[in-house]
Amino acid sequence: MTAGSAAAQGLVRLPVWRARIVLVTLIAAFGALSVRAVYLQAVKTDFLQEKGDARYSRLLEMPATRGRITDRHGEALAVSTPVKSIWAIPSDVQLKPVQRKNLARLLDLSTRELDRKLAETEHDFVYLKRQLAPETAEAIAKLGLPGIYEQREYRRYYPAGEVTAHLLGFTDVADVGQEGLELAYEESLGGRRGSRRVIKDRLGHVVEDVQSIRAAQDGVDFTLSIDSKIQSVAFAALKAAVERRRAKAGALVALDVQTGEVLALANVPSFNPNNRAKLSGAELRNRVITDLFEPGSTLKPFTIALALESGKVTPQTTVATAPGRMTLAHYTIRDVHPAAALSVTQVLQKSSNVGAAKLALAMPREALWDFYHRLGFGTAPQLGFPGAAAGRLRPYRNWRPIEQATMAYGHGISVSLIQLARAYTIFAGDGELAPLTLVKSERVAHGERLVSAETARAVRAMLEAAVQPGGTGPRARIVGWRVAGKTGTAHKQQNGSYAADKYIASFVGLAPVSAPRVIVAVMIDEPAGEYYGGAVAAPVFAEVMQATLRLLGVPHDAPLEPLELPAGDEPREST
Amino acid sequence: MAKLNLLLLAVLVACALGLVTSQHKARKLFSALEREHEHARELDVEYGRLQLEASTWGQHSRVARIAAGTLGLRVPDARRVRLLARDNAQ
Repeated sequence: MTAGSAAAQGLVRLPVWRARIVLVTLIAAFGALSVRAVYLQAVKTDFLQEKGDARYSRLLEMPATRGRITDRHGEALAVSTPVKSIWAIPSDVQLKPVQRKNLARLLDLSTRELDRKLAETEHDFVYLKRQLAPETAEAIAKLGLPGIYEQREYRRYYPAGEVTAHLLGFTDVADVGQEGLELAYEESLGGRRGSRRVIKDRLGHVVEDVQSIRAAQDGVDFTLSIDSKIQSVAFAALKAAVERRRAKAGALVALDVQTGEVLALANVPSFNPNNRAKLSGAELRNRVITDLFEPGSTLKPFTIALALESGKVTPQTTVATAPGRMTLAHYTIRDVHPAAALSVTQVLQKSSNVGAAKLALAMPREALWDFYHRLGFGTAPQLGFPGAAAGRLRPYRNWRPIEQATMAYGHGISVSLIQLARAYTIFAGDGELAPLTLVKSERVAHGERLVSAETARAVRAMLEAAVQPGGTGPRARIVGWRVAGKTGTAHKQQNGSYAADKYIASFVGLAPVSAPRVIVAVMIDEPAGEYYGGAVAAPVFAEVMQATLRLLGVPHDAPLEPLELPAGDEPREST
Repeated sequence: MAKLNLLLLAVLVACALGLVTSQHKARKLFSALEREHEHARELDVEYGRLQLEASTWGQHSRVARIAAGTLGLRVPDARRVRLLARDNAQ
């Protein structure tokens, strides 16, 4: 093709540079686009992603429900249920006088209080009232006030109220365990709140699950070993006794001998866990588990069990107790009912301090210490309960003879009521010390064998003699079942010395004697007037034990004759 | 060649529509699932409230008070109670 022919066809040959310019421009434009793309993709990607997510992606909190606590029959003892809290952004709130009055009425606040809360200008967020009933919250939402919002929360309710207050404890305003079992099992009960990322449409419906960041885990439900009927009877009996005796406090624990389960655990004074506006330290104390006391004569059966186990004495062996007192290093041990000589059985039946001291002094102190230690004294019980007291059992190297003697009848050693009750399982379970549990188990619990079955049965027979007429605790007997037990009366320790007129009355016993099922331990702190364990604590034991055996359907093992109650002339134990 | 292209185009369009439909269905089902979950949570809350109520009305102390006070019932005398041993052979 020639230039001439091109011209002839009407084509004009363009200069080459124009094509070059177009090419360069295009390349530059593509280059600019690429740079922009790289910039957006690599440098600004986080920002852009965020902006995109903000339009449809939402992070949802998945609340976890707190586990329920029920008794052994499934009766609810603690349940969390949703409530509403009302909060406000003070600067956004503008109320007409009528609205303010309505709001204050619904919130159960005075208008002045409401104004004061709303006047807090330095905060953007003020709780007006927490944990309202859902109906009230709904009524407030209907008012449609600007700047007032609601928030869903959980609140724990305890239907049994003061009856189970010490056992269960309570949770704080955020439903986190603060006391008792609520605190002990916080980790499992509380569960774990989760969160997940979802896509929401324009109307706010969740349309897609993008990812589950953490799955919510609901709290585990707990079934306790407590029987709420026995618990209720125990609390009522204890409360009545404490009021009648004008005592400072009282505590009671009931154990199932075969399974080591705690059937009831009651404390007086108590509190209402659903309304804790006025709480004092005394009301909060779980005396069964956290309070220590000198057990007094209720410890004598262990001294005697060890003496029998050592083979040095039999139940019939005579112990010289004349003249009813014994002096060791300026300290005199006394018996209330002096006798010239008592058999080992009578030492327990009449609760002779001198007799118990002599038996203890006949044994090496290592053996005594070892026995007490293996019974669980001086070691906190493995219950998982917060604040469980270990008690005080001093090392035997520092024992002087007088201490060894007083310890034989429960002085110079301190225990908690639950430790004492547990130690009695060796007499109920033919020598085995049962491990305790607050959670339903129903399995027969086997523990360490501390004494032979013969010794356990022998002491059980002595304990039965102790509640017969002629013993210190005839008021512990019940119609239809044979019971065995020991009274205790101890001077209370105050500021390192014994208070002359303050006592702790106690009773620990088991029934039915032919095949023991239940142990009940009662402690009454500072009863006014009558203060002997046989008069103050034994009747509570009898009432609770009878109801427990009836509720458990334990067969009778005694004739159903009405009991002759002593006319107030039963032997008193020595303090 | 053009025929094949047209065919592929048709397949592509069909697939695209199918994707849109299934996505839509998935979202609908998902929101239904969400509703059911919410319903389950509400029922659980309701169950908790009913448990509370049952436990409150069934408090042993309340039952005992009504039995003794309103109905005039009392615990039978031990002599009038007969316990039957459960026959394990049955």
